[in-house]
Amino acid sequence: MTKGKMPSEIVEDSKKSTWWSRILSVIIVLSFVLPIYVLLSMSFKNSTDFTSRLSLPKYFYPDNYITILKSGIIFRAYANTLIIAGGTIGVEVVFGCMAAYALARNQSRFNEIIRNFVLSVMIIPALSVLVGVYSLIVAIHGISTHWALIAVSSAFGLPMSIYMFTNFIVNIPRALDEAATIDGASTFQTFWYIILPQLKPVTATVVILKGISAWNDYLYPTYFLQKKEMYTVVLMIKQYFSATNVDLHGAAAAAILGMLPVIILYLSLQKYFIQGTLDSAVK
Amino acid sequence: MKKRNRHLNYFYIPALCLMLFFMVLPLCNALRLSFIKWNGYSPKSSFYGVKNYIDIVKDKNFWISFWNTILYGFGSTLLQNVFGLLFALFVNARYKGNNIVRMFIYLPVMISGLVMGYILYYFVQYNHGIFNEILGCFGKAPVDWLADGGRGRTIITLANSWQFVGISMVMYLAGLQGISKMYYEAAEIDGAAGWNKFKYITFPLLAPAVSSSVILNLIGGLKLNDIIIAMTKGGPALKTHSLSTYISYLYFDSEKAGYASAVGIVMFVFIFIVSTILNKYFRSREVEY
Repeated sequence: MTKGKMPSEIVEDSKKSTWWSRILSVIIVLSFVLPIYVLLSMSFKNSTDFTSRLSLPKYFYPDNYITILKSGIIFRAYANTLIIAGGTIGVEVVFGCMAAYALARNQSRFNEIIRNFVLSVMIIPALSVLVGVYSLIVAIHGISTHWALIAVSSAFGLPMSIYMFTNFIVNIPRALDEAATIDGASTFQTFWYIILPQLKPVTATVVILKGISAWNDYLYPTYFLQKKEMYTVVLMIKQYFSATNVDLHGAAAAAILGMLPVIILYLSLQKYFIQGTLDSAVK
Repeated sequence: MKKRNRHLNYFYIPALCLMLFFMVLPLCNALRLSFIKWNGYSPKSSFYGVKNYIDIVKDKNFWISFWNTILYGFGSTLLQNVFGLLFALFVNARYKGNNIVRMFIYLPVMISGLVMGYILYYFVQYNHGIFNEILGCFGKAPVDWLADGGRGRTIITLANSWQFVGISMVMYLAGLQGISKMYYEAAEIDGAAGWNKFKYITFPLLAPAVSSSVILNLIGGLKLNDIIIAMTKGGPALKTHSLSTYISYLYFDSEKAGYASAVGIVMFVFIFIVSTILNKYFRSREVEY
């Protein structure tokens, strides 16, 4: 190590590729990309093409995509998914950071009860209460509505978002709240003007994490959204793959279009996704 | 300060209402229904006592789903952690392109389990499937991969582990990067090398990452649902169901709402016990240097 070098240069220096690390990298990357590659190449082949699925088409055939885009079902699916994801995220963030503020700042017996409650309901498996949830939604006429799905999804997601917000707020110095109180701010004003503006990083993490899980959610949407006009992206893809005369090429195009927004978002905001995974690990 | 506490408690109200109404109420409802014989839609239902639970013990298919759930949970957890750690060690080594490798290992995590299951169908399909094509190249007869329960289970476990190994990798990577260089330097002075450094420094200091990763993988694996629906729908002959998919099969396909509820309660209690034991076990083992 010579003096005067920036730390980043030192790091660059020690970056070396050995032949085995190169080969191993290529093998690993291929094994993780292969399914998506196969899906992509299938989506550009016509339905009578029975050449190897590992091969690329030797012609340009965008018809699978054109059919889906023309039918418009993909746009309806995007719209439904965005409404549900947006609603779920909104509820989880607003209700979540409010509850987390109280949880992080109070230290009473009642608070301990709430904390244990939140940690316990976090592990309720969605399917173990399927019959209970489904009959409740039927009773309140929530089948095939956006609001019922948003309510149930956000209720099941709230424990995690409360947990993440609490971990963040605990690290904001309490002295800030106290100073605001001395200046005459009410509890709500303190929350609104002092705490809320500082929550941006954790909110970004929650939004990204919950956005992905809402986009990919299959469980409750499949039972609650029974009308085709209400289908989310995942249900639309399912419809393609579970058709009796399944057109695997059209289905591939549907899957690509459905997953494209998520993949683009991931490739551009990688760091946040990975941070989100770390923050959500319950310690 | 008393006044302040009282005001803060109002902040709980929206979140608590939502969770009580849409999680706790359904749980109570599911508990009530588990003592009732009901088909799920008719107004007629009759009190059945603990008979649903007695039926569970006698139900062959329940036990198949239960052991499958154990396999999906523990099998995936083992694979994901072993490979997650190996990938993390590999990506953590500084060589050109390590960030790209990390990016691609994590990529499948972003895709819905259901959709991933469908994508893998292109591989395991009998006609034109990629696995059979490769077998064909070696002159072997094609195999109907998902027609056998045992093979179906194995493929589901492998597919799930492969898809989510990125989560474990990321956790181990964060753990590795949190270990101060100081320990390794001290160990080198004491003459430790290679394997010993890993055994005495890296591994013990990774304990928090191990516990987070194991708990997350295990709970996820025990709840496994989407990928099974996409690949086998629980078949052939109900041989690949997990408890999750078995519950929805009982409710929507067999119209046994009361019985499905009872299985749901058993699943809840089972996952609750597993996660409590794990939390206790890992918390007692973590080390600090």
